[in-house]
Amino acid sequence: MIELEGLTKRFGAKTAVDHLSFQVRPGVVTGFLGPNGAGKSTTMRMMLDLDNPTSGTVRIDGKHYRDLPEPLKHIGALLDAKAMNGGRSAYNNLLCLAQSNRIPERRVAEVLDLVGLTPVAKKKSKGFSLGMGQRLGIASALLGDPEILMFDEPVNGLDPEGILWIRNLMKGLAAEGRTIFVSSHLMSEMALTADHLIVIGQGKLLADMSMADFIHENSRSYVRLRSPQQERLKDVLHEAGIDAISVPATGALEIDGVAAERLGELAAQHQIVLHELSPQRASLEEAFMRMTADSVEYHAHAPGAPGLPAGPGAADNPVRPADVPAWGAGYEATRKGGE
Amino acid sequence: MTGPTSPARPTHNTTTEGTTSTADTTSTASTSTQPKGYSSPLETPRPHLGHAVASEWTKLISVRSTVWTLGSLVLLVVGIGVLAVSETRSTDYQEVPLTAPALFGLLVGQIPVMVLGVLTISSEYGTGMIRTTLTAAPDRARVLTAKYLVFAGVAFAAIAGSVAVVGLSSAILRGGAGAGAHGGGEWAHALAGCVYVTLLGVLALAIGAMLRHSAGAIAVMLGLVMLPPVVGGMLSMWETLAPLGTVILRYNAPVAIMGLFGLPNADTGDSPGSAVQLLLILLVTGAAVAGSYAVVGRRDV
Repeated sequence: MIELEGLTKRFGAKTAVDHLSFQVRPGVVTGFLGPNGAGKSTTMRMMLDLDNPTSGTVRIDGKHYRDLPEPLKHIGALLDAKAMNGGRSAYNNLLCLAQSNRIPERRVAEVLDLVGLTPVAKKKSKGFSLGMGQRLGIASALLGDPEILMFDEPVNGLDPEGILWIRNLMKGLAAEGRTIFVSSHLMSEMALTADHLIVIGQGKLLADMSMADFIHENSRSYVRLRSPQQERLKDVLHEAGIDAISVPATGALEIDGVAAERLGELAAQHQIVLHELSPQRASLEEAFMRMTADSVEYHAHAPGAPGLPAGPGAADNPVRPADVPAWGAGYEATRKGGE
Repeated sequence: MTGPTSPARPTHNTTTEGTTSTADTTSTASTSTQPKGYSSPLETPRPHLGHAVASEWTKLISVRSTVWTLGSLVLLVVGIGVLAVSETRSTDYQEVPLTAPALFGLLVGQIPVMVLGVLTISSEYGTGMIRTTLTAAPDRARVLTAKYLVFAGVAFAAIAGSVAVVGLSSAILRGGAGAGAHGGGEWAHALAGCVYVTLLGVLALAIGAMLRHSAGAIAVMLGLVMLPPVVGGMLSMWETLAPLGTVILRYNAPVAIMGLFGLPNADTGDSPGSAVQLLLILLVTGAAVAGSYAVVGRRDV
């Protein structure tokens, strides 16, 4: 159990973390989500007593981190896979950590075996690939067989196999009753692993809810309509009192809160040809972007289309699964529709 | 013990995990999981300073830079020293101690000692290892103390060992009747010289802890050791600053080491006593060490 209370960190005039209060409960994977620069890593560093908070407290199992006699037994952390001395072998990098916490040496071989690094145990860790470095970092987190595990962006830069491995590992660890706290800036990744979500933006708490609640509250369902007689269709919808949002990127209309059946019947009544009539669910990625839109620190703009993140035709990309709209398309639509 | 992770636990929707779908189908069941703690079968008794020392020992002996710096120290002291012994006759030792040939190598060898002192801590900052180290051991004073103890012990052993080899070889080869009388006092002097060089290394570690950058800290230490003879000499050229120049010429590392080894100093005539030189380096090093505890204890990593 990790408890944060009014945690604040200021760097000069900039507030990186702003009165964060939340709890990380055991037995579940808690996702810590926020755009780049939201303060996730700073928060995690303060949890581990690496950075001093400007104000507020963090308690690990009711204690301050500094008061834990053998912290690796309570909490294992992967902050940065490269936070090892590359000139030292994987085995020795882990051995010196184990010794400082009075963890028996046999445990080093055990965790190396667990993450599959036994064949390269005596190799210098600077020659490791990104995935191997990540595995070594995870081995160091597991060294003390801790109750709490903290991973900062563990899947960054990993291949699909590595991502799958970490995902299963985290779920397995949570199922043993451990507290898992994992940060990411990818909602899609969190949707697959986390049971509980904590979302921050510009250091402030934006959401603290279960994944199921987040999905329920934030996934917007709508119907996509495509017709060669789009202008007529718009008029008909307008007469029926239905608001339609046209999405220039896809050339389709999107309608919120009206059943697909009703729209189909309406089109049939007026003898309008439809090329598409499909119920859609906005992705969680969109919900996340909507939630953090105001707190994203650095906005990118596509050339020629200010403020429109997706290029034209992006949604027609045949590789993209049918139910995933163009990146940012839905967000753009709601922004236009809502204002 | 049983491995803490068996990937083969019954997870829900294992089959969809590899897909790239935006997964609106995620866990709905596990949100109702009762909070239950995990208790490790691993027993770890409370660690103390000894374990921090063991950890730092592993760190020190498992990197190449230790071998290079200590190796060059031993090579310099023993190599130059034995060469010097072979070029001398017994009568050369009538005025100077038998340990004197070790001095030439040691005056150069103090540089690798300082480099190792800096690297003992700055390499942790350079690689990011310090975050891992302090996560594992949040008692920063204990980590720092262990570093000082391990470094000082290893450095002193290497320095004193090399000096002893040179001293013994000159004593055996040139310590005959022609060399005059040599008492145990000069061995004690040489030991004090070894302590002095070790303290320079400890000072380098303290500077490294405060500056965090290898190059910066090494530059500071080199300046501290190399500049005084130059600056002191320059100041002596002006009449008003000459007294200051003389003080600088008397109280600096190379002069102190020569003095401690019991060599008469030609440049400054009456050289300050060994006790004064040792006290001075103890004060400077002590202040820097105290500063390093204060800074490292407070600073964000």
